[in-house]
Amino acid sequence: MSVIVEGLVRRFGTTAALDGVSLAVRDGEFVALLGPSGSGKTTLLRVLAGLEPQEEGRVAIAGREMAGVPARERGIGVMFQNYALFRHMNVFDNIAFGLSVLPRGRRPGRAELTARVRELLRLTQIPELERRWPDQLSGGQRQRVALARALAIEPRLLLLDEPFGALDALVRREVRRWLRGLHDRLGITTILVTHDQEEAMELADRVALLESGRIAQFDTPSALLAAPATPFVAGFLGEAARLEGQVAGGVLRFRLPGLPPLAVALPDGPATAFLRPREVVAHPAPEGPLIRLVRATAEGEARLVVELAEDVTLDAVATPHGAVQGEWPRRQAACRLEITGAQVFGAGGARGMAGALRLAEVR
Amino acid sequence: MSASLALPHRARRLRAIPGFGLAFGIALFWLSAIVLVPLLALLLRPFELGLAGLWASLAEPRVAASLRLSFGAALLAAAIAAPLGLLLAWAVVRLRFPGRAVLDAAIDLPFALPTAVAGLAMTALLAPNGWVGGPLGEWFGWRVAFTPAGIVIALVFVALPFTARTVEPVLRDLGRESEEAAATLGATRFQTLRRVVLPALAPAILTGFGLGFARAVGEYGSVIFIAGNMPMVSEIAPLLITIRLEQFDYAGAAAIGLAMLLLAFAVLLALNLAQRALRRGQG
Amino acid sequence: MNATEDPLWFRALLVALAVLTGLLLLALPLAAVFTEALRRGGEAALAAILEPDTLAAIRMTLIVAAISVPLNTVGGLAAAWCIAKHDFPGKRLLVTLVELPFSVSPVISGLVFVLIFGLQGWLGPWLQARGIQVIFALPGLVLATLFVTFPFVARTVLPLMQDQGRAEEEAAATLGAGGWQIFRRVTLPNIRWALLAGVLLCNARAMGEFGAVSVVSGHIRGQTNTMPLHVEILYNEYQFAGAFAVAALLALLGLVTLAAKAVLERWSGRVAGEAG
Repeated sequence: MSVIVEGLVRRFGTTAALDGVSLAVRDGEFVALLGPSGSGKTTLLRVLAGLEPQEEGRVAIAGREMAGVPARERGIGVMFQNYALFRHMNVFDNIAFGLSVLPRGRRPGRAELTARVRELLRLTQIPELERRWPDQLSGGQRQRVALARALAIEPRLLLLDEPFGALDALVRREVRRWLRGLHDRLGITTILVTHDQEEAMELADRVALLESGRIAQFDTPSALLAAPATPFVAGFLGEAARLEGQVAGGVLRFRLPGLPPLAVALPDGPATAFLRPREVVAHPAPEGPLIRLVRATAEGEARLVVELAEDVTLDAVATPHGAVQGEWPRRQAACRLEITGAQVFGAGGARGMAGALRLAEVR
Repeated sequence: MSASLALPHRARRLRAIPGFGLAFGIALFWLSAIVLVPLLALLLRPFELGLAGLWASLAEPRVAASLRLSFGAALLAAAIAAPLGLLLAWAVVRLRFPGRAVLDAAIDLPFALPTAVAGLAMTALLAPNGWVGGPLGEWFGWRVAFTPAGIVIALVFVALPFTARTVEPVLRDLGRESEEAAATLGATRFQTLRRVVLPALAPAILTGFGLGFARAVGEYGSVIFIAGNMPMVSEIAPLLITIRLEQFDYAGAAAIGLAMLLLAFAVLLALNLAQRALRRGQG
Repeated sequence: MNATEDPLWFRALLVALAVLTGLLLLALPLAAVFTEALRRGGEAALAAILEPDTLAAIRMTLIVAAISVPLNTVGGLAAAWCIAKHDFPGKRLLVTLVELPFSVSPVISGLVFVLIFGLQGWLGPWLQARGIQVIFALPGLVLATLFVTFPFVARTVLPLMQDQGRAEEEAAATLGAGGWQIFRRVTLPNIRWALLAGVLLCNARAMGEFGAVSVVSGHIRGQTNTMPLHVEILYNEYQFAGAFAVAALLALLGLVTLAAKAVLERWSGRVAGEAG
């Protein structure tokens, strides 16, 4: 079921939680709303669910205008943060709730209701929990009950509010795959709210990145990484460091010492560059910036913190792409930094990809 | 035209959880019928006397004396109940001793005991031939029952649960971490109590004082048995209201009632401001 | 010894002081009531209670409570549900109004109804012309009791409702439930023990209220007398045994309420704790 949002505004007092949000989600798509806390992503989800009023703008779900339609009539499955299971009902009754509050004419009989709940328990792989109470469940089990409960009303749109927030890191990864698999099987349009970019990038077909009540960029994960539309997007994704510089004649020179100039197709003037750790490669050198910290990543790579100036550091990787061993890389060693690529924003928001300057070596 | 007007209207009224309208209607109707309209009568009736008459009615020595007694005794009782309440709350939250659960439950006794019973019990205890009044009279020559002192004791009983129960949850929340932190920073136990614990509890103590006072100032049942009810000496303002009513002086009775409400409101407002200053002082 | 532990003598002193306060201020009055009531033996106390006037007072008390407690339960629940589960302008005002009767003297609570329905009240002459008796009759007693006991239910359930938040109700709404379904199947089961405690407290106050009903009752023996008022009448007539016997009965009501409240609080605390 398609979702169209246009110019949505929602204010709390004088602050706008949503400040003109527009978004079009295609039928069957899995979309993540990603953003720092306070960016309005949960508010957007709640407006879609009918739990917050839309003040300006419009929301249309499957072609139907949603203004004034209360939550109970929308037929949208919502999985709440912390799951909001009914604490005084067992798992069976939690899942059956949506069916048992249908108008009498459409309410299924006892046998049919039981069959439907059992089917959902099987689908979410928790048939053994049928008679348990919410307080006897682990975080992952609660999440599955919440999902089964939301699916019971056969929603054509599923909204998930930070669904993995209450899970520990180990379970999280596994549950994520399972959820994506379930989506692919059922084909329900799904919108997920998260502040975890890894989660958004792994799960979603497209990611909408929110910044203070506006959508900064809405694109596929790879497009977001390859071509961030604004400095905010470039800075938010991929732990990029922000560095100031000056463009003159197609060459970006950084204000800080120790960094090579870059070739960039931008007009002359001040510019801001975003460097991801993997795009900054440290080579052994007799002199240059000092390595302050060396850390081995889980993949066995060496990640470095290099001091550019007093109290200014930059994340980098070591080359050759080796593990931490022997003499290089080690703390307090000098290095030469190579920049393999960077997102650069010039004056007036013009954007460019920067690359290494193919000239004589410049230190 | 009407549709375009109706749409934003409905949109504004959309509520996450349905059922507000009916519940709000019931609550508002009930509140108006039972509380608001009757209090409106209290606000309006005294002015039937005219402003001058109203003032004259309140300035009458017997009325002035009863108001002084009610407010003086209530303030004193709340001031006594505040440290006692702190003591009880501390014992219940921080100390472990046999009978703690019983003491904990007993704190609520004045809440649950009908005021007439409390008054009767106090009188039986403090009367010249009572368990407490007897020894006090024989050994010290003190007379408590049928004097303002008896009133204050009855009011302490009434105010005690308010002061204790307001401090208790704050004390529980406070935990021991801040005290442990103070100890690791080299504070003596006394310094910790005075500079860490007491300031944290002060707003709650003040709130409890205010609640205890508000309850005590209007108290009737537990006081009239023990007060002796002598005009100018031990006659409380609520009693004078009933006397005015028996004389069919409705406006005069309402005048005393209104004066009590306004004075109590002024006291509570002052407490509220003091509390705010306290909070601000603590940053 | 732990860093925040006070010396033993100090703790012992505090315990002694607290227990002494409890004994003197809380236990002793209670003991006095029961001792006085049983001074001439249990049979005398029972005889005092079985007197027709006393029985009439007990009946009156039960009637007043039976009318006002259910009404205030509905009103209090409605107010608490609005405050805890919805947003609306003037919410803080509503909270203040709900608690207002707590800070009004019982005598004033009775007075306001006399001002409206009394002989010289706003509606007094009109009512008298039609032979309707409010003051010095059952309706007056009920009205005064309603005023005094209004806050109990709302005040007891509101903190719990607010603690529980709105997530479950919102979940129920997205699953298609209507207002009444949500209230009955989600909110109500979650607060049932606190609600019961609130009803018990409301009932204890309704049965034990003295000042407010004293003003509107007229103290007509056998007709508009409630138990607490009867205590005063007996006392003023120097029938101490009877006065203390009825007082003991009321004290028992208070004690039972207190015990029930303690048990319910433990239950509802456990339920809330489990879910949290």
